[in-house]
Amino acid sequence: MNEPVIDVRGVWTRFGETVVHEDISLAVERGEMLGLVGGSGSGKTTLLREVVGLLRPSRGEVRLFGRPILDPDPDVRREVRRRFGMLFQQGALFSALSVFDNIAFPLRELKRLDEPLIRDLVLMKMAMVELAPEMAGLMPAELSGGMVKRVALARALALEPELLVLDEPTAGLDPDRSENFVKLIRTLQRELDFTVIMVTHDLATLAGLASRVAALSERRLVAHGTLEEVMAVDHPFVRSFFASLRRPAGA
Amino acid sequence: MLPPAAISCEARDGRQIVRLSGHWTLAALPPSPAALEAQLRGLADAAASWDLSQVGRLDSAGALLLWRAWGRRWPAAAEIPEAHRRVLMRAESVPAPPPARAGGGRHPLLAAGRLALLAGGHLRDLVALAGQLVLDLLWLFANPRQAPLREFSATLYKSGAMALPVTALVGFLIGVVVSYLSSLQLSLFGAEAFIVNILGMSIIRELGPVLVAVLVAGRSGSAMTAQIGVMRVTEEIDALATMGVSRSLRLVLPKVAALALAMPLLVVWCSAAGVFGGLVAANLQLDLSWGFFIEALPRAVPLPNLWIGLAKGFVFGLLIGLVACHFGLRVKPNTESLSTMTTSAVVSSITIVILADAVFAILTRNVGLPL
Repeated sequence: MNEPVIDVRGVWTRFGETVVHEDISLAVERGEMLGLVGGSGSGKTTLLREVVGLLRPSRGEVRLFGRPILDPDPDVRREVRRRFGMLFQQGALFSALSVFDNIAFPLRELKRLDEPLIRDLVLMKMAMVELAPEMAGLMPAELSGGMVKRVALARALALEPELLVLDEPTAGLDPDRSENFVKLIRTLQRELDFTVIMVTHDLATLAGLASRVAALSERRLVAHGTLEEVMAVDHPFVRSFFASLRRPAGA
Repeated sequence: MLPPAAISCEARDGRQIVRLSGHWTLAALPPSPAALEAQLRGLADAAASWDLSQVGRLDSAGALLLWRAWGRRWPAAAEIPEAHRRVLMRAESVPAPPPARAGGGRHPLLAAGRLALLAGGHLRDLVALAGQLVLDLLWLFANPRQAPLREFSATLYKSGAMALPVTALVGFLIGVVVSYLSSLQLSLFGAEAFIVNILGMSIIRELGPVLVAVLVAGRSGSAMTAQIGVMRVTEEIDALATMGVSRSLRLVLPKVAALALAMPLLVVWCSAAGVFGGLVAANLQLDLSWGFFIEALPRAVPLPNLWIGLAKGFVFGLLIGLVACHFGLRVKPNTESLSTMTTSAVVSSITIVILADAVFAILTRNVGLPL
């Protein structure tokens, strides 16, 4: 059981003539919170989509929990997909369903829980992400940006995932709310003990959440380690990306 | 694989101790959690003492199961590790289910009233939209440079020119079918020559305009509703409003105007294809010569019928465009509403077109009939 939760092995990605990733290998151990950073267009989100199996790498393989995410056996694929939850950048809530039904959706898909238990579970998840029970009846279009993120987080956590995948978790939130959201994820991670991989360009989120950092630049992984280790790497992208963090420290 | 949830009981000092072990998580629970809960509830009723120290992982699903089995309160005697107690305390904070609300508002009278209010709302909005278009038109006469000509010509091309093949095909086939069926009946009476009257009258006056209206409502009406609807979902209409661009002038007017212009032209085109189809079928079926058919047509179908057909095309085009835009503007920002409104737009515009056709039939009952 000591295999890494995420194991990216020699992944190449090519769109037509454009090469996005060149031989990327990356492992995330259980309980780690990995932040993936990179300049715009460096393929962070593409790599994330390959990790969750939305996109097939041109070469190489991604394994989650020791199983290939694109296993030919549909039962294996379904089982692997139930073990992680994903928080999309815009929330990706089902716009025709209420907040309650959005969170209940993955639970109902299991087809083995009765409705009262689902109701209690949904209310419990809503309490976990600090949403008042009165919000259950609202439609996604009636929610503010911060609340959409919370509902999406509750839905991602509905099946008690061992891995949480976050795509820009704090994009579009003001600094205050973004800090609260980071705090919320950190508290939940401590209690529920899941692994996290996230894409972010927000330094505050990165510093507040990530236990490890991987930096993508010019199609390659240029740095991987703790925040301090990565900041010490001498690479033009890393230098400019962390410049604002380093300056106050040096002052 | 995780060791699944398990229960073992033992009696000590005359009391029953229930010992839980394994992982109590959603993934490790048995396929039917309800049966497990019933078993636990039975044990809880027997006033047992609980030992959770052997439980591996406890997640919210497992905790809720236990909590409900305990009757939503802490058991009298329990040994619970601190980590598990925290999870259970979260289950404790879930409010008990509220009593089921009495269902109201299902009375047929209420339903009828709601339907009437809904229909009234649609009618009011449609009239308001039509009025706004008239105001926009008047304003355009004063400011002709502001006319949305690009949108107008784009819609004209998409809804008019692109619809030519399908309207010709449908018109031709309907002409063939009507001609074939009528010629069977007419030859019984030896009145083959009247095929020209039947075909010309029915196609030019009725079938042509209605066929084109149904096709255009399905082709272009639905597309307009979906386009405006998606623009509402993605807040593009709000973006237009903040730039000071009138949505009725830029989005609705060019669509309605282009349809009102394209429809009469399509009606002529479709009717011509229908008459041609009838001519071909009559030639094959009844050996009617082409020359006779073409010579007899103007006598059988006086000119006013063509004007009626054109007027119908114009009015139907206006109605389809108005209804499509009206429903597009009513789309709420979710996918379900988008599909409902698109369906409603097509169904309503076809219904309204057929109603308008009936009104035309009554108003023109003395016009254009051969003497």
